[in-house]
Amino acid sequence: MQALLILLGTGLLIGLAIGLVVKFFGAESDPLLDAINELMPGANCGACGFPGCGSYAAAMVKQTAKPGACPSMSEETIQKICRLLGVSEEKRERKVAVVFCSGDDEKATRRAFYNGVNNCRDAMQVAAGAKTCTYGCLGLGACARACPFGAIEITPKHLAVVHPDLCQACGKCVQTCPKKLIRLVPASAPIHVFCSSPDKGALKRSACKGACIGCRKCVNNAGENQMRMNGFLAVVNYGDPPPAELAKVCPTGALRSNIPQPKSATLSDGGKNV
Amino acid sequence: MSEFFRFYGGVHPKQEKLASKVAIASAPLLERYTVPLQMHIGAPAKLVVQKDSKVLRGQLLAEAGGFVSARIHSPTSGIIKEVTTCLGVTGTQWPAVIIESDGEDAPADPLTPIPDWQEADPTVLLKRIGEAGIVGMGGASFPTQVKLSPPPDKPIDTLVINGVECEPCLTADHRLMLENPEQIIKGILIVARILGVKNIFLGIEKNKPDAVELMSEKAKGTPIQVCPLEVRYPQGAEKQLIYALTKRKVPSGGLPMAIGCVVQNIASACAIADAVIDGTPLYERVTTVTGTPLIAPGNWHFRVGTLYEDAVRLAGGVNEDPAKIISGGPMMGLSVYSLQIPITKNCSGILLLSPSEVNQYQSKSCIRCGRCNDTCPMQLMPGILSIQIENERFELAETWHVLDCMECGCCSYVCPAGRPLVQHMRRAKTEVIARRQATAAAVKKNS
Amino acid sequence: MSEIEIRLPKTDRLIVSSSPHFHSRNSVFRIMLWVIVALLPSCIAGVYYFGLPAFQTLAVCTISCVSIEALCSALMKRPLEVQDCSALLTGLLLGMNLPPATPIWICLVGSLIAIGIGKMIYGGIGCNPFNPALVGRAALLISFPQVMNTWVIPGMNAVSGATPLQQLSQARTAVLEGNSCALPEFLDQVSYGDYFLGRMGGSIGETCTLCLLLGGILLIALRIIRWQVPFFLLLTVTLFTGTAWLLNPTLYAPPQFHLLTGGVILGAFFMASDPVTSPLSRTGAIFFAIGCGIIISVIRLWGNYPEGVTFAILIMNALTPLLDRATAGKPFGAPKKKGIKL
Repeated sequence: MQALLILLGTGLLIGLAIGLVVKFFGAESDPLLDAINELMPGANCGACGFPGCGSYAAAMVKQTAKPGACPSMSEETIQKICRLLGVSEEKRERKVAVVFCSGDDEKATRRAFYNGVNNCRDAMQVAAGAKTCTYGCLGLGACARACPFGAIEITPKHLAVVHPDLCQACGKCVQTCPKKLIRLVPASAPIHVFCSSPDKGALKRSACKGACIGCRKCVNNAGENQMRMNGFLAVVNYGDPPPAELAKVCPTGALRSNIPQPKSATLSDGGKNV
Repeated sequence: MSEFFRFYGGVHPKQEKLASKVAIASAPLLERYTVPLQMHIGAPAKLVVQKDSKVLRGQLLAEAGGFVSARIHSPTSGIIKEVTTCLGVTGTQWPAVIIESDGEDAPADPLTPIPDWQEADPTVLLKRIGEAGIVGMGGASFPTQVKLSPPPDKPIDTLVINGVECEPCLTADHRLMLENPEQIIKGILIVARILGVKNIFLGIEKNKPDAVELMSEKAKGTPIQVCPLEVRYPQGAEKQLIYALTKRKVPSGGLPMAIGCVVQNIASACAIADAVIDGTPLYERVTTVTGTPLIAPGNWHFRVGTLYEDAVRLAGGVNEDPAKIISGGPMMGLSVYSLQIPITKNCSGILLLSPSEVNQYQSKSCIRCGRCNDTCPMQLMPGILSIQIENERFELAETWHVLDCMECGCCSYVCPAGRPLVQHMRRAKTEVIARRQATAAAVKKNS
Repeated sequence: MSEIEIRLPKTDRLIVSSSPHFHSRNSVFRIMLWVIVALLPSCIAGVYYFGLPAFQTLAVCTISCVSIEALCSALMKRPLEVQDCSALLTGLLLGMNLPPATPIWICLVGSLIAIGIGKMIYGGIGCNPFNPALVGRAALLISFPQVMNTWVIPGMNAVSGATPLQQLSQARTAVLEGNSCALPEFLDQVSYGDYFLGRMGGSIGETCTLCLLLGGILLIALRIIRWQVPFFLLLTVTLFTGTAWLLNPTLYAPPQFHLLTGGVILGAFFMASDPVTSPLSRTGAIFFAIGCGIIISVIRLWGNYPEGVTFAILIMNALTPLLDRATAGKPFGAPKKKGIKL
C-alpha cells in the first residue's frame, strides 16, 4: 500500500513538473501551422514535391508553395486551407491512374514460363517478361507495391487494376511501371481504351483477345473528336470524352468503363508470392 | 606448372563438353540469312544497301555508326529481300536485313591481303581490323579496333589471349585451337604488333591437354607463352585471367588497360588473321550446338544470320523436347523462347537443356549460409546485397559495391535457397546507374 | 539424311530465366537433413543413457516445433515451409539441450518460445537474429530454474544427481571457503573416458562427445558447416581455460575437463555454426567463434552459472550484424582504403 502511494505521488509530481516546464520553457508553435497540419492527409507520399506533409504545410505558411499540389486532399479541405492562409482557391481537376492494358492470363498469351524474381522491373531483363504482346502488363506487382494508398490490385489472373476510389493520383505507379502502361487521366472520364500496343490489329489480336484491333468502330460512332486513332490504337480524347454507352460498340472489350471488381481480400502481400 | 595465381572463389560446375571430340564442320548454304544490324556494343551500324539490291559474300552491308561501332558484311551472295526486324536474344525485336541466297555464294573482292604483316605498319593493321568488322568473339562483342587503340596515357605491356573456355558445354574455342593453330598464332602476333608488346600469355584450361600441347608446339620460337591454368569457373573472366597470369588486379570500375593489359579471345585472334592475311571480313564464326536432347551435338562454322532452328536441324534435331534453350554457355548465357533467332558474331554456343537438367529458382528466404560470399570471384557479399535489393534499398547496394559484380553466376549456382542472385544484381546495377545519370543531369541543370 | 525425320523442339513450353542456368543442387532441405543425420548418433546415445524420458522429451520438442511452425505459417498467411525441415532441426536441438526428465508441458512452452518468438515473429527462416533453440532454452532456464537444473545420472537406476559442471562448481565453492584440496580431490576421481563416452549427467544431447564429434566431422567433410567455427571456438576455450588452469590449478579445472563436459562440443559444431545467426563471411565467422569461446570461458571460470554456452552464443548472435559490416571487405581490385563506411 505504501509502495502504491509513493509511486502515485511520484508520478503526479513528475507530471506536474513536465507540464510547468512545457508551459514556461516550451518552444513557441505557430497556431496557423498547427491548424494546417491538422488538415494534411498525413500520407507523406511526396506527390506535392516535398519530402512529407509537414514540409509542405510549412512551405504553404511561408508562402513558398500554393495549396492544391496535394492530390490526396479533398476540394473542401483545400478551400479550408485557402481560407486559413487568406489566398484565393484554385480549381483543379481530380485525376486517377489507369493501367492501359487488358491482357490478363485469360486473354493474353505468354511466350514462355518466366522463372525468377517476382517483380515486373526484374522480369524485364529476362526476355522482356516473355509475354507475347511486348507492351502488355506482366502482372507481377511492382506498381501495387509502390502505391502508398494500396489502390492497385493484381487480379488473380495477373493483371494490374487501379481502384479509382482509392487512387490519389500521386504518380508513383506511373514511374514504377517498366512498360509505361500507367498514366494519370481525369477521373471524370467515363471510358478508356485499355490497350497500349501500337502493333497492327491482326498481330495484336493473336497475342491478346482483349487488345484494341484498330477497327475504328468507336471513332466512327463517337462524336466529333471524342475518339481518335493513334496509328492502330484508338485513344480517348480526355478534353471531350465520349459517353459510357460507346463501350458497347467495341468488339474486343478494350474500350470499357473503369469500375473494377471490389478489391479481393486475398491480396496479402502486394503480389509478392503471386 | 603452378606458378600461376589462384583467384578467390569460383565454382566447379560439371563440364558436360559433349562436343569436344567433334571436329568443326562447315554448315551448308541456306536459302536465307537474317542479319541483325547490331551485333556489337556501341552505336548500331548504318545500312548502306537497300531492299532488292544484289550483294556478294563479304560485301559491306552496314557502315559503323560511330567510333564505338562495327561494320557488318554479307554472309553470302544474293538479294536483300527485306529490311525489317528480327527476334533477338534479349526477347526484343532487332533491326535486321533478310538476304535471299542465290545459291552461288559468289565472293566480293576481298580487302587487300597483307601477306607481309610482320613488317607492316601497325596503323594499317589496325585499320584493317576496323574494315573487317571484327568484334570480341568471346561473348562481349566489343569492337576490336577500339579495344586495340588505348589512349596514350594507358601504355600497354602485356597481351593476354583467352583460350580458357571455362563455361561448361562450350567447345568451339577448343576445337578451333586443335584445327587452326597456325592461324591463331599469326593472329596473336598481329595483335602484338599493333600494340607493340613483347609479353604475350595464352591461357588454356588444363582440361584441354591436347590443345595445350599443340599450341605450345606451334608457339615455339614466338614470344607467346602457353599457360595451362587450373580448371575453375570463371577462370576465363578477364579480371581473373589477368590476375592468374600476372598477379595484377584490374582496379574496381576500371578496364584492363589501366594496368597495362589487353585481353583478346582466341576466336577473335583467328578472325584477325583471316582479315589481315586473306582479306576476309568477319561473317562467319564457330559455334557449339550442344545439349543432351540433341541427336548429334557438334561444332560448326556458321555464317552470321543462320537461325538457331537451322543450327538445331544440322545437329540432327532432338529426341526429347528441351525445357530451356540458351544462347551462350549455361553460366552466363541468355535463355530464349524461340528458335527464330539469328546467330550473331558473338554467339559462342546454342545449348538445349532437358527438363531433368533444369533447376528452377525458388526465391526462398536467404539463410545467410555464406556460400555465395565464399565463391564470389569479386569478393562481394551477394547474400546481403540480395536482401537489400529485394527491399529496393539500392543506395545501400551501391555502398556494398554491387557495381563491381560481373554477373558470372557463381553465387546463384551455389545458393541453397534457389535465389536468382544474378537477376537481383542486374536490377540493382540498372537502378544505380539510372539514378547516377538522373543525379548528374539534375546537377547539370541546376549549375 | 532425308529418310530420317528430323524432329525440331517444340518452343511453346520453354522456361526463361536469368543466368546461370546450372545449379549445384544445394538446397536448404539437404543441409537440414544432413545436420539431423549428424545429430542422430548423439540422440541415440542420450536415449541409451537416460532412457525413455529422454526419448519423450526429444519427440515432444520435435513434433511440437514442427506443428507450431505450421500453425504460425497458417495464422500469418505465409506459405508453408515446414518441408525444409528447419523446424524439425530446431526441435531436435532444443530437446537435446534439455534435461532428460523435463515435463511435457515445459517442452511445449519451450517449443512455443523457440519457434514463435525465436523465429516466426521475425518473418520465418533466415530472418531471425538469435538461434531459436537457444532462445527457447534460455527462456526455460530463466523461467523454470528448478526443473531445468534437475539432472539424472545414467545407470541401471536413473538417479538424480549433479552434472560434472555442477560438481565442479561445488568443489570450487569449497576451495574458496578454505578447503584447498577440494578441487584436486574431485578431479582425481573424475573419469575422462566416461565423459568422452557420455556416462555423466547433463542434457540429453550434450553428453556423448564421441557421437557429437563423429557427427561434426561428417558435417565438415560434407561442407555443410564451416570448419573454422568449431575449430576456433574449441581452440579459444582450450587456450583460455588452459591458461587459467596453469596459473592456478587449485581453483580451475584443466581444459580437457571443460571441453568434455557441458555443451561446448554440441555448441561448437551445431549451434554456433547455424548459418542464419552467424556472420556471412569467413573472417566474421572466425571472430564470432573466438568471441563465443571467450564468453564461454569467462562464464565457466568466473560466472554464476555452471554452464555458459547458451548465453555465449546468444550474445555473439547479437553482434553478428556488426561483424558482418566490419568484415565485409573490399571487392577485388578496390583501392586500399576502408570498403564500407560504417
